[in-house]
Amino acid sequence: MNEITHRSERKAQAYQAQAGGLVKRALWESLRKFDPRVQIRNPVMFIVWLGMWLTFLLAFDPDLFGRAAGGAMYNATVAAILFFTVWFANFAEALAEGRGRAQADALRHTKTDVLARRIKADGTLESVPAEGLRKGDRVRVDRGDIIPTDGEILEGIASVDESAITGESAPVLKEPGTDMFSTVTGGTKILSDWLVFKVSADPGQTFLDRMIHLVEGARRQKTPNEIALTVLLAVLSLIFLIVVATLKPLAAFLHIDLGVATLVALLVALMPTTIGALLSAIGIAGIDRATRFNVLAMSGRAVEAAGDVQTLMLDKTGTITMGNRQATEFIGLPGFEELAVAQAAMAASWFDTTPEGRSIVSLAMTRGARREPSWDQAQGLEFSAETRMSGTNLADGTRARKGAVAAVARFIQENFKAPVPAELKEAAETVARKGATPLAVTLDGTIVGVIALSDVLKPGMRERFDYMRTLGIRTIMVTGDNPITARVIAGQAGVDDFIAEAKPEDKIRVIRSEQAKGRLVAMTGDGTNDAPALAQADVGLAMHSGTVPAKEAANMIDLDSDPTKLIDVVAIGKQLLITRGALTTFSIANDVAKYFAMLPAMFMRSLPGLGALNIMHLATPQTAVLSALIFNALIIPILIPLALRGVRFRPTGADALLARNVLIYGVGGLIVPFVGIKVIDMALSLFWH
Amino acid sequence: MTASGFWQIALVLGIAFGLSIPFGAYLARVFRGERTWLDPILNPVDAFLCRIVGRRTTALPMDWKGYAVSMLVTNAMMGLLVYLILSIQGVLPWNPLRFSGLNPFLAFNTAASFITNTDWQNYAGESALSLFSQMAAITFPMFAAAATGLVAAIAFFRALAAPADGGRNLGNFYHDFIRALTRVLLPLCLVVTPVLVWQGSPETLTGVAVAHLMQGGVQHIPLGPVADLEVIKQLGTNGGGFFAANSAHPFENPTPLTNVVEILLMMVTSLSLVVTFGIFVGQRRLAWVMYAVMGVLLVGGIAVTVCAEQAGTPALAASGIMLQAGHGQMGGNMVGKETRFGVTGSALFDTVSTAFTTGSVNSALDSYTPLGGMVSLGQMMLNCVFGGKGVGTLNFLMYGIFAVFIAGLMVGRTPEFLGKKLERREIVLAALALLIHPLIILLPAAWALASPYGVSALGNAASHGLSEILYAFTSAAANNGSAFAGLQANTPWYNSVLGLVMLIGRYVSIILMLALGGSLAAKPSVSATAGTLRTDTALFGGFWLATIIVVGALTFLPALVLGPLAEIFMMHPHG
Repeated sequence: MNEITHRSERKAQAYQAQAGGLVKRALWESLRKFDPRVQIRNPVMFIVWLGMWLTFLLAFDPDLFGRAAGGAMYNATVAAILFFTVWFANFAEALAEGRGRAQADALRHTKTDVLARRIKADGTLESVPAEGLRKGDRVRVDRGDIIPTDGEILEGIASVDESAITGESAPVLKEPGTDMFSTVTGGTKILSDWLVFKVSADPGQTFLDRMIHLVEGARRQKTPNEIALTVLLAVLSLIFLIVVATLKPLAAFLHIDLGVATLVALLVALMPTTIGALLSAIGIAGIDRATRFNVLAMSGRAVEAAGDVQTLMLDKTGTITMGNRQATEFIGLPGFEELAVAQAAMAASWFDTTPEGRSIVSLAMTRGARREPSWDQAQGLEFSAETRMSGTNLADGTRARKGAVAAVARFIQENFKAPVPAELKEAAETVARKGATPLAVTLDGTIVGVIALSDVLKPGMRERFDYMRTLGIRTIMVTGDNPITARVIAGQAGVDDFIAEAKPEDKIRVIRSEQAKGRLVAMTGDGTNDAPALAQADVGLAMHSGTVPAKEAANMIDLDSDPTKLIDVVAIGKQLLITRGALTTFSIANDVAKYFAMLPAMFMRSLPGLGALNIMHLATPQTAVLSALIFNALIIPILIPLALRGVRFRPTGADALLARNVLIYGVGGLIVPFVGIKVIDMALSLFWH
Repeated sequence: MTASGFWQIALVLGIAFGLSIPFGAYLARVFRGERTWLDPILNPVDAFLCRIVGRRTTALPMDWKGYAVSMLVTNAMMGLLVYLILSIQGVLPWNPLRFSGLNPFLAFNTAASFITNTDWQNYAGESALSLFSQMAAITFPMFAAAATGLVAAIAFFRALAAPADGGRNLGNFYHDFIRALTRVLLPLCLVVTPVLVWQGSPETLTGVAVAHLMQGGVQHIPLGPVADLEVIKQLGTNGGGFFAANSAHPFENPTPLTNVVEILLMMVTSLSLVVTFGIFVGQRRLAWVMYAVMGVLLVGGIAVTVCAEQAGTPALAASGIMLQAGHGQMGGNMVGKETRFGVTGSALFDTVSTAFTTGSVNSALDSYTPLGGMVSLGQMMLNCVFGGKGVGTLNFLMYGIFAVFIAGLMVGRTPEFLGKKLERREIVLAALALLIHPLIILLPAAWALASPYGVSALGNAASHGLSEILYAFTSAAANNGSAFAGLQANTPWYNSVLGLVMLIGRYVSIILMLALGGSLAAKPSVSATAGTLRTDTALFGGFWLATIIVVGALTFLPALVLGPLAEIFMMHPHG
């Protein structure tokens, strides 16, 4: 987690470095958004935009709609404030888009026009532009080349620099046949050797293309939740439109003449313009946050769905535990001390270069075992699936072996006609009960003891699962281990449930059964056999190092290939929704103060008693209306950083979260405008008469 | 508020609360088809009625559309029948005073009014309707309208109760309708009517009693089948009186005891339905939260009205009227109130009547203090403080949808209510239901105030006149039926527009809510976890209350500022 945080911090700093340029660009971009075709997409701001033009006309001819109160200057001021209201809303959206666009530009920069060498049917090479490559073409790339497009490796082995996509500078070894690391991505650079690969994407469909589209927001569609909220805001605006439009005849009955500019001001102040202005920016920024975590979401919907996830399905290996098991204990059979076992195990593992073998050697050393000079003449024996053992033929002819308990037992019975000690089974079971895997160690026909190989949990996983639990998210560990081992590791890691001896099809079965219980499921995967489950899951996070089918089935791709990132994605999704809800609450709560500012101001002259409602003691009716309207406009840029950053998200239960947000954004939304409007009115009354 | 007033209110509310728990459980048993102790007598009656309607028709499972269509068709037919009876009552029997048929506009208004549970009356019962009309065109739709509202709410509850079949069976409208009549409305009417008769309400087919006065001359006192009409009027949250004076008339509401009985009658079903809701959806705690939120709004409204009426007005004080209670009189603003009910009995009755959208009155709202009158207006603008039979609960749940949507976002999940995700379709439907109410109040009110035919019906000018027109449309939209008086609304324009407002306010709202229920029922249930917004907490109840006030009530603030609020501040210039 720390590593991720560091990386995103680094990226964040890079962003801030660009910030100055972004703001300048967004200011210009926001002026272009005054286009009615853009405005109509946001019903709330469209009404403000219409009001702006209406009051603009009234600034030239105050009596356009019959004789009216309020002079040209007042109308012009209202029009100007409305202009800024729309501009600020445009600016928020432009700024959010701009951050993605800057990133897209950087990506586009990597995608320079390169020439690819296509292999023709007769095996000869021809040069074609990268744009000319089609799915199924075979291409050869050599050291120093930019890989022209996405593909699956057929031949060769090479190290590839993928930093353009992942930001990770260490090169990755690519070769065919492995589930992971057998694909290449267009735009990355080959550092050594050569590869032949089959093109897997047509031009415009490559990973880089999709990434550019996504970060640029070119294909950004409103998510279902965003649409629902837009509808709600539009209907609230419509209600206020009715309220304000009918107010004119109601007032006329009492011989009160309300100026159109004042009515427009009242409408704009009451409409939920704050959330209306920031809604689009919040959505774009949410996806952008995921991108900054190096997670590429295929749609905003996927990020939202992550916030809803109730069940996380995580692979044990690589996600919950370190990739490899490690030796943690030596148990001697009767007559053998721990040191003797350690010495024998070290001898049997001296030539074993697997991580397990290395861990046995290093544990043996800490237990006091020493390398013997004669091992220089010894000969290593690699693990084979047939014998299920590995070992060393020592110089003196002793055969040191380690392996699965049953395999070692058979080995001594067949080769030495030696009896298997009864205590071996007992020791092996002790180890298995602790969730570890027992390996028997023998020197010729004498079994000296058992090595315990255990999974080692990644640090901090337990805390992360506790955190998930407070959010109401169930975690399920998937492992190929036997149920005993699985139970122990599940207990140590603190997951809620586990599936032992899991086969690939088990994942999809569990996802379906969870979904049938009404839960949304998220999972990570990288292999081709994960693809159906990734597609079935509500949130499927594929590793960038994974296979093409896995990446195509998923709705998110983690460029760092770190499965624990799923947990961060959940937080990003929640933060996105919370920001929307909090700003909606704030926006609606603001109305209370605005009523108290504007209504007495509008009617105080004709119905003097209503002055009692002027609890803020605003200076004059005109300053009162203008102050409320200015507050309404200014609150938008003030809240832009919050909309882009997202409100602070704390992993607590729903009740505590609601209490906190209601207090800050609900109660705060009631109080803040009272203060803000009063302050603006005091400033305004200095020079407005 | 006087001490005796306080105890009177506490007693009535306490009894109503106590009744609502067993009665709510009873309603749940009735509509879940469970055994009730009336079964031995009523099962044959139900079976007989079902046979008349058609055995298959009454057994057919209905989805929300089927339910809504059956409701609409049945209501349309009954409304038409009422219209016909009123139009041709001159040639129908039991017409001792030989009243002729109503004109088409008035007949439309009255038919719309009674079939929609509104009971706005642009006629005076005793001088316009025959006894047959009182029974067949007034009492009959009172039963039908009450049963319709009740079963609409029940169908919605079933939809929220996560049906296994995805909402294809929300019950059968006809079957529910019959059970609402035979198990709920008729039994209660049969039990309570004798109480009113015992207290002095007439129940006769004699049209008029002739009294020879001591000072000479003759007085004709209209009589009729009053007591039974009175019970269903209150029980069904209908509100239309036999006499123009409604429950202020000594035949409709003879004694303080009947006053209490009538208040309890109009409260009991809507209170109970909250309990029933909790049982249907299996969340009793949620039902108590709803009960508490509505209770706060109700008790707050009652307290304000009673205190405002007790305090009177500066003008009353200036004219030397004793406003303090004591010396055998209760003081306060007694203008337009009956001495047998006093300030408390009147204010309690009228506030409950507007909160529960019954619309019956035992005192003249037009003569209330502006603040007291505004409370009645406000209760109808909210239209969800327990509210009318069935529809009040539906409206309250509509606000709940918004509260859940916003609060649900604030806990970082796609909002869920009772395990169902709230998405675009639900928000569209709920938002339209929210939009309807201000739309059909403010637009016609503005139209009336801007037109000569609207204004000419007014008895008062300025803010009070504005309040009268605003009140008329609010009352019609909320299907309440109480009037602020002072408005001569028996004109073709008012009859037509008020009639339309009543129809839209009733049916469009119910259909939208049924559609919302159908949409929720069709969704898969999401299981609740620690990350799910809990709706059964005090915190969420507070949020719900705030949503109702900020989204529902403040919408009407600009209009109220010009009406009652202007009057309040004019009356207390420094207040």
